[in-house]
Amino acid sequence: MRTVVDLTRCQGYAQCVFLAPDVFRLHGEEGLLYAPAVPDDQVERVRRAAAACPVQAILLGEEVSGGAR
Amino acid sequence: MHGELTDGRIVIVGASLAGLRAAEALRAQGFTGSLTVVGDEPHPPYDRPPLSKQVLLGIAPADSTGLPMRADPKAEWLLGVRATGLDPLARRVLLDGGESLPYDRVLIATGTRARPWPNPAEAALDGVFTLRTREDAAGLAERLDAGPERVLVIGGGFTGSEIASACRERGLAVTVTERGPAPLVGALGGTLSKLAAVMQRNHGVDLRTGATVTRLLGDGRFTGAELSDGSRVDADVCVVALGAIRNVEWLAESGLAAGPRGLACDAGCRAFTMYGIVTDDVFVAGDVSRFPHPLFGYQLLSLEHWGNAVAQAEVAAHNMVSPGPLRRPHLALPTFWSTQFGLNIKSVGVPTYSDHVVIAQGSLEARRLAMVYGYRGRVTAAVTVDMAKVLEYYQHLIETAAPFPPPPGAADRALAAEIPVPSDVPDPSVLSHGPTVALTGYVPDRRLTVV
Repeated sequence: MRTVVDLTRCQGYAQCVFLAPDVFRLHGEEGLLYAPAVPDDQVERVRRAAAACPVQAILLGEEVSGGAR
Repeated sequence: MHGELTDGRIVIVGASLAGLRAAEALRAQGFTGSLTVVGDEPHPPYDRPPLSKQVLLGIAPADSTGLPMRADPKAEWLLGVRATGLDPLARRVLLDGGESLPYDRVLIATGTRARPWPNPAEAALDGVFTLRTREDAAGLAERLDAGPERVLVIGGGFTGSEIASACRERGLAVTVTERGPAPLVGALGGTLSKLAAVMQRNHGVDLRTGATVTRLLGDGRFTGAELSDGSRVDADVCVVALGAIRNVEWLAESGLAAGPRGLACDAGCRAFTMYGIVTDDVFVAGDVSRFPHPLFGYQLLSLEHWGNAVAQAEVAAHNMVSPGPLRRPHLALPTFWSTQFGLNIKSVGVPTYSDHVVIAQGSLEARRLAMVYGYRGRVTAAVTVDMAKVLEYYQHLIETAAPFPPPPGAADRALAAEIPVPSDVPDPSVLSHGPTVALTGYVPDRRLTVV
């Protein structure tokens, strides 16, 4: 699974940092850094983080499969 | 309903953020016909902002930033295939290799590419990079892992500043050259650019402003550069961060209004022909577009913003399958963010469309503030540094054309600094870095000086 955060929306509430600290972390006071590739054992945590995000900025999903034809 | 397109053929040219979000939105709108996405990169859609942040910091590998889908658009993905032309009369997208794809509607979302170093021989030196693609980021991250003696970053825009920030965080020596008076000045104006310069120097960046690189040195391998002030920088890695070029060359014979600033379209994302006549089956979204915005005098805006790619793709997709009266305008305000030197910078509106600024909350000394930009007495933009939560309030002021300087509202006290100062937005031609927000129309009181 992959995650992407809409950082235009993100206001640094950092709920995701508490719920999935291995994936999301704060960089400075409110800048968010995250690992876009979510390991299987973190998927549930990221799902919870996405649900808890006050500005609903987190998307979790599959990436488009395939490559050059 | 008449004019609604639920079946037929849609081709999206460009397989990055805007292309993916448009494909998803078309399906969400009920389009069940054939959907083909053409992309010249061999990868499925991936996210670029992490390439200058997480990837260079070593938090995420370059090939891990694939974009998640909201829902599988069940599209045919032609990846690693370049579109070479558009025949609007035959309604076909021409592909490299001679094939062509018929369409009823086409969306152009070909984005931008990194502006290369102008001297091809110097640009080809081992150790000279640009940063736009997954491959660029992987190559640069590998060099940073190897622990170079010094990294030279040419251009003090957002990308150049983020690269410098990542280098310093990794303990690497870094020199930044910027032709303008300070980093980020083209995007944020004079006052905040001074803060950006202080942050860079405090974090140990060797910042050279008012200087350009005149020559890259090396014999096969990059070894350093000569500067316009006569000095020389010894470095073993060079990142050219001179802004972006719109991918419009493939449209040269199409008769569309495509040029260096992008492909012009109306507020409904419909492309214009070179005669200024709006088309009805060619749509545009993302960095390659140039669109009018009522809040900024209906000037055509060229943006290189993540949020704009998403918002415009959604509007374009809606309009591609909707009859005329149900079409929507793309009116989203430009917004962007940057994380560098431990600060979170966020912007809404068009800061360069301003004559004065005022610090409405916080202070430069605290490195935490909200700066509001005004043009002829109304609020046109706001930038926060580590104060993202208040940005929405100022966004509302911009959307309602509120008077400038703004009344205290989000703040529980008077404006932090009562006196507006000139916004000090320079002529973009004096900068090394390309602006990521560009007004491309005529502003009567802005007489650009030629340097």
